[in-house]
Amino acid sequence: MLDATPKKIANRKALRINPARTCQPIGALYASLGIHKCLPHSHGSQGCVSFHRMHLTRHFRDPILASTSSFTEGTSVFGGNANLEQAIKNIFHIYNPDIIAIHTTCLSETIGDDIPSILRNIKNVIPDGKYVMHANTPSYAGSHVTGFANMTTAFVKYFAEKGRTDFTNYINIIPGFMDPGDIREIKRILGLLKIPYNLFPDITNAVDSPMTGRFEFYPPGGTKIDTLKAAGSAAATICLGSFSSLPAGLELNTKCGVEPISLDMPIGIEATDRFVMKLLNLSGKKIPPSELIEERGRLVDLMTDTYFQYHGKRVAVFGDPDIVIPMTDFLLSLGMQPVYCLTGTPGDRFIREIKRKCEGTDIPGLQVESTGDLFLLHQWIKNEKVDLIIGNTYGKYISKAENIPLVRLGFPVLDRIAYPYFANTGYTGAMRLIEKISSALLDKQDTVSTDEDFELVM
Amino acid sequence: MNILMEREHSIKKKTDNCELSINCEKESLAGSVSQRACVFCGARVVLNPITDALHLIHGPIGCASYTWDIRGSLSSGSEIYRTSYSTDMKEKDVIFGGETKLKKALNELIPKFKPAAVFVFSTCIVGIIGDDIEAICKQAEEKFNTYVIPVQSAGFGGNKSAGYRAACDAIFKLISKGVPFKEPDQKIPLSVNILGDFNLAAELWIVKDYLKRIGFNVVATVTGDGKTKDIQNVPLAELNLLQCSGSMGYLAKKLQQELNLPFLKISFFGQEDTINSLRNIAYFFKDERIINNTEKLIREEKEKYIPMIEQYKNGLEGKRVGIYVGGAFKAKSLIKAFKNLGMKVLFVGTQTGNKDDYDEISSLCDPGTIIADDTNPVELAKYLLEQEVDLLVGGVKERFLAHKLGIGFCDHNHERKIPLSGFPGDLEFTRELHSSLQSPIWSILKNERKKLYC
Repeated sequence: MLDATPKKIANRKALRINPARTCQPIGALYASLGIHKCLPHSHGSQGCVSFHRMHLTRHFRDPILASTSSFTEGTSVFGGNANLEQAIKNIFHIYNPDIIAIHTTCLSETIGDDIPSILRNIKNVIPDGKYVMHANTPSYAGSHVTGFANMTTAFVKYFAEKGRTDFTNYINIIPGFMDPGDIREIKRILGLLKIPYNLFPDITNAVDSPMTGRFEFYPPGGTKIDTLKAAGSAAATICLGSFSSLPAGLELNTKCGVEPISLDMPIGIEATDRFVMKLLNLSGKKIPPSELIEERGRLVDLMTDTYFQYHGKRVAVFGDPDIVIPMTDFLLSLGMQPVYCLTGTPGDRFIREIKRKCEGTDIPGLQVESTGDLFLLHQWIKNEKVDLIIGNTYGKYISKAENIPLVRLGFPVLDRIAYPYFANTGYTGAMRLIEKISSALLDKQDTVSTDEDFELVM
Repeated sequence: MNILMEREHSIKKKTDNCELSINCEKESLAGSVSQRACVFCGARVVLNPITDALHLIHGPIGCASYTWDIRGSLSSGSEIYRTSYSTDMKEKDVIFGGETKLKKALNELIPKFKPAAVFVFSTCIVGIIGDDIEAICKQAEEKFNTYVIPVQSAGFGGNKSAGYRAACDAIFKLISKGVPFKEPDQKIPLSVNILGDFNLAAELWIVKDYLKRIGFNVVATVTGDGKTKDIQNVPLAELNLLQCSGSMGYLAKKLQQELNLPFLKISFFGQEDTINSLRNIAYFFKDERIINNTEKLIREEKEKYIPMIEQYKNGLEGKRVGIYVGGAFKAKSLIKAFKNLGMKVLFVGTQTGNKDDYDEISSLCDPGTIIADDTNPVELAKYLLEQEVDLLVGGVKERFLAHKLGIGFCDHNHERKIPLSGFPGDLEFTRELHSSLQSPIWSILKNERKKLYC
């Protein structure tokens, strides 16, 4: 497995090997699933949406539904107008959503389909009280994270309204490209703090809907259109993750004058502290409820009791920038060494952020790369080993080849069950991450230890 | 929810005396939530199991990401096919053309990895901007003295079937570049090629083992556990065994026309088809020793496996099943396998079946069975419930839909981790059906429906 990876790192200009990212449309589709009674629609060939649905289905183990314009050779020559009109008619007739969220593909972008003008011409096919909106998500730019950000921004462009007086004490939360378990924990913290909020896109109960014994084409979850509208009248917007959430926050500021606040996703103790303190600050409260203080206390207790198990261990962490940045922060809080930090999503901001976090710490051989791939990460590891890899399922090839444990974090997780249900966010999420990191290291120790070194109590 | 008028002729109920004439081999309707994929996907999955080849995807990153090692096709040698290579086209490449990047990628790739062959896949964008991948592949082939084969798989050119044809064209090209192609008369005695088995969960190896035990020489396997050199030896075999006709029928026909190499349709899914296939192969060669060995093997396998299979049959009889798979050959084998187990098939659908396939499917089914082409989740849910199906056989996109409906599931697609071919496969299949239907989860679900807390 991966025996072909050479140790010597050569400069590659045209070749991507074992990518650490995928394309925009899947991120846009994912964001659309977080809107109530919304059918995501892919304006392109039917293969794109089939791949996206397959990928998301494998991660969430739930039905993921989205429609396609089914481009043919003719469409690619004459443009996608007719297909889109037909698609919208058919979708409202068969699937009857409240909203269709169209995202483009490399194909429709390259042939130059202008979605707003197509939509203007076919206004009459949209039933009363229903919505059709779009985001441009060319697959040849950015990554799935960019696609998520573009669709989330489009929600603001299409729906946010100023002037709702009943929402002025609300805080907008844009959680970014995270799992439903993560969002559920964030909502729980907001509940504990008794802060009224508009959260979007909200994929809880949308991609992890409870079993009722009946198939609902539209699951119960997802942000309501009214909430999207109200977001324009809120007091402030907390954007969790500058790559996936800040663009929509900035758009809300431009359109409706809502103050944007950019924070890391609350992964690990410090990022959660910053999140909680910002919420207290915005709501004029001084101290958090005792429940949250106790949770934090338990986390610190766990860190105190176990630091020797992971202190000083060398870690390679890869994945989406909004997850890798706070995770790097957390690894530093645990006394671990995030020696290799890599994302496939383009953006120098990633490199700056990681370097800023690592400033003042002495990490020998620190390597940081945006627009990287897992082939490069493997080469780094071949040159100087690490004790642990943290990232999505695709890290398993390196893990196997180099016999290094892998803690699964991020999207997608295709080979372990139940991942999306449980939080990595908040103080409880941090405790879970410590458990996973520590267990991975100890499992390895148990596996490789000789009989005389094999211990009952560790 | 509604079923579209346009879809009415793609879904039929089998009756006693009316011709089925199902609407098929059409593009999916715009706006449908189709379970189908594209040309690129079809070509990629068919060629992927060629293990010592390097598969380079010329296009934006998504096409490479989604198809990175998604087939559980096992290899007895090289693992290079499981690595993902792409040109990761960016905006600049779309505007100025991707040819330079493709050339560079091949330059960076071939000397470093020294693959036996390279397949270069075109994607939607490449089809639109018109990069001349044929010319670039030809140059690279001359420069590096290795096979560099273009695959014309722009996604918008149709559905998966068109991709299968593109893959077959590429395989044919690879074969035609080999020495044996020029001397096809140097036949190996008692030799066969296996076409259209992808060695998911080691299925091909079961079939190969049977053929070897009987006394055949297996020259090439296309494409499961495929090796470039073996594939080029395809012309040396006396007979092509064609399993997945949907994906490889085109290649089999082409080889028959060009090389006068006959083919025989076979299927190793289910006991009935396994036995029939083995006998048909033996009769083709009209060799007494082979025929005797075949009968001996069938006897041995029956003795070994039937008692084990019987253990799991309990509880299966009379259960109602639905089938929704990609290729029609699989649907046909499954119908027979279910009948053999005393189960009732109430729904059959495929993504890419043609008219002949649907006629054959219809002849295998009992009256009252719903037969559908390229169905969508709404239709699927509707008919599974109306037909009161207990278990669905399908692929990953159908699994969780079935579960939400409270229906058991058996994976018969890329995702499957157990081999389903031959007698061992039949045992595994029966065991999986048994465990799917016997799981305590279905009785827990019944309580959900009854509203436990009320």
